[in-house]
Amino acid sequence: MSTLKERALHPFKRSTFDRFDALHDVSFAVEPGEFVGIVGRNGSGKSTLLKCMAGIYRTDTGAIYINGRMSTFIELGVGFNPDLAARDNILINGVMLGLSPREARERYDRVIDFAELREFEELKLKNYSSGMQVRLAFSVMVQVDADILLVDEVLAVGDVRFQQKCFDVFHRLRDEGKTILFVTHDMSAVRRFCHRALLLERGEIIRIGEPAEVAASYVELSFAEGGEQPPDPDATRSGDGAAEIVDSWWEDEHGERQTALPQGRPCSFHARVRFHAHAEHPGISTVFESEAHQPLMATSTDNTSGETGLFEPGDEAEFQVRMDMVFAPGRVHASPAVAHRGGHRIMDRRERLASVVVTAARVSGGLIDIPHDVRLTRVEPVLQPDRELG
Amino acid sequence: MTTASSAPLGRAIKGPSALGSDPRRVLHLAVTLAVMEFKLRFFGSVLGYLWQLMRPLLFFGVLYVVFTEFVRIGEGVRYYPAILLMGIVLFTFFSDSTSRSVTAVIDRENLVRKIEFPRLVVPLSVVLLAYFNLVLNLLAVLVFVLATGVDPRLEWLAFPLLLIPLGLFAGGLAMLLSALFVRFRDVQPIWEVLLQVLFYGSPILYVLDILPSDELRELVVRFNPLATILVQARHTLIDEQAPNAWDAAGGFVYLLIPATIVLVVLALGFWVFNREAPRIAEEL
Repeated sequence: MSTLKERALHPFKRSTFDRFDALHDVSFAVEPGEFVGIVGRNGSGKSTLLKCMAGIYRTDTGAIYINGRMSTFIELGVGFNPDLAARDNILINGVMLGLSPREARERYDRVIDFAELREFEELKLKNYSSGMQVRLAFSVMVQVDADILLVDEVLAVGDVRFQQKCFDVFHRLRDEGKTILFVTHDMSAVRRFCHRALLLERGEIIRIGEPAEVAASYVELSFAEGGEQPPDPDATRSGDGAAEIVDSWWEDEHGERQTALPQGRPCSFHARVRFHAHAEHPGISTVFESEAHQPLMATSTDNTSGETGLFEPGDEAEFQVRMDMVFAPGRVHASPAVAHRGGHRIMDRRERLASVVVTAARVSGGLIDIPHDVRLTRVEPVLQPDRELG
Repeated sequence: MTTASSAPLGRAIKGPSALGSDPRRVLHLAVTLAVMEFKLRFFGSVLGYLWQLMRPLLFFGVLYVVFTEFVRIGEGVRYYPAILLMGIVLFTFFSDSTSRSVTAVIDRENLVRKIEFPRLVVPLSVVLLAYFNLVLNLLAVLVFVLATGVDPRLEWLAFPLLLIPLGLFAGGLAMLLSALFVRFRDVQPIWEVLLQVLFYGSPILYVLDILPSDELRELVVRFNPLATILVQARHTLIDEQAPNAWDAAGGFVYLLIPATIVLVVLALGFWVFNREAPRIAEEL
């Protein structure tokens, strides 16, 4: 955009702009009935890709082909007007999504019933709660019955019950053989619904295939760079300096240093300590914390004998914790500390010195995932003698 | 995509365009959007439609007082008040549809950036909405014309035909202005000025007869399509003794000039809009 004045004052100046390829060399095919998740960090080109497929943006090069009726849900409730009642908004939204006005009117009852907003149908949209607006919009989308749906992060809305309904609909759509391309940051949704997923980074597909694997790559990528790092490890350092934790890292089961570790496999945490003063049976400990600063586990040499030995200035020691990786997927921080015997006088403590990203195929929602068994057994109902049956 | 034949791949997504692949959809969308917008105006406030009507009527009242009491431009003109009101109502249609379409694409940003649809719908719905208002306002004009003492005539049936070139002219400008505004924000002030020029350059406040020379009269009727339409409207609806458009233009053949202007504006408007349509979403 420019003004005529700029053009008139600088008639020979080429309009200046920075060229930015939002997408580059992206090529993939989606089979009918496939449910494909598109994941990637902010600015990786997910939404641009969806908008190109939707026909909102024109691609500079390359071609996109579709076979079937397509509907786009970049945003729920496109064309909604707060001053109109539900009926009119359903009509506008339906027509925008590709229905004819007659089709939109015919589907009105189904839409309003699905949204469970029958009693509010005469109300203007501005008097709806945001959750109700979302319900209405989602209901229109479901009733449009396209063969191909392009969906951009719309599930993170509504109350729990309606979310469940949305998920049910997604399952139904999947079972009905609709083709769905679904942009999201919700890896559990990717794992639950998608047949395939593709991971975009800087406008290129860096991974395409099994949803679980792609989701794991995404988690790894997100935390590998740009993840939350403590601003300055020294700022949170404390202790009298009689010893120093010089290094700290994670290793996989083969003894290789790693920044990401798969859940459920053996691994180890290491901290290297250098002593600057005479130390008698020092205690070395560490706390593992989640990204949200929840302590997950703490351990210390005091848990064993506490008899760690005598150290002279210049001596070094390596502290190890061997375990199976039981933490939930995400980043885990370790804060190791070395203290004088008894653990109360700290020599050196380093907040969040070493972190590792735990990768896993599914997110349980808990802080840790330990091997366990789940069962459901059918049992005979207990008859209550004093209650009438039927 | 390495396959040469596109048939098994389905249809190609070419990105947005002015008309899209299905012309019916253009109409469906434009009508739906215009109807909804009309509803909002009509039922939006307590007095609703009255305000839509009040605007030209108040304007008329002011101009009427000024030009019959102070300047006396309308003195001796048969049915001057009816001519004035009709002129204002027709011009209101023209100025509403064009000046609203200047910002139309920006106003509809939430649609343009969020969904694929034939982009032509945006200016088209603005012109349609102005048409709806025009029809209602013309009912008021009709009442006024009858009250002034004009007898109904069969020729009145030809009056709606005049709304076709008027709509085409406004529509062409609507496409042109809405597409240009996305790139050049100066379009808005420029168009406001041009609208003023057109207002005073058309026989709304005055009738052609007061112009000093025949040359000037012919110049106005030949090169301002609005003037051509207004002159003919006065002849058809109000005063059959007033000259019709071809007499005022100095011959039927001269009407080809305003007709050409309307068609050129229409073609230019469509060409520019069609050229800009694919990129409009990105340039907002």
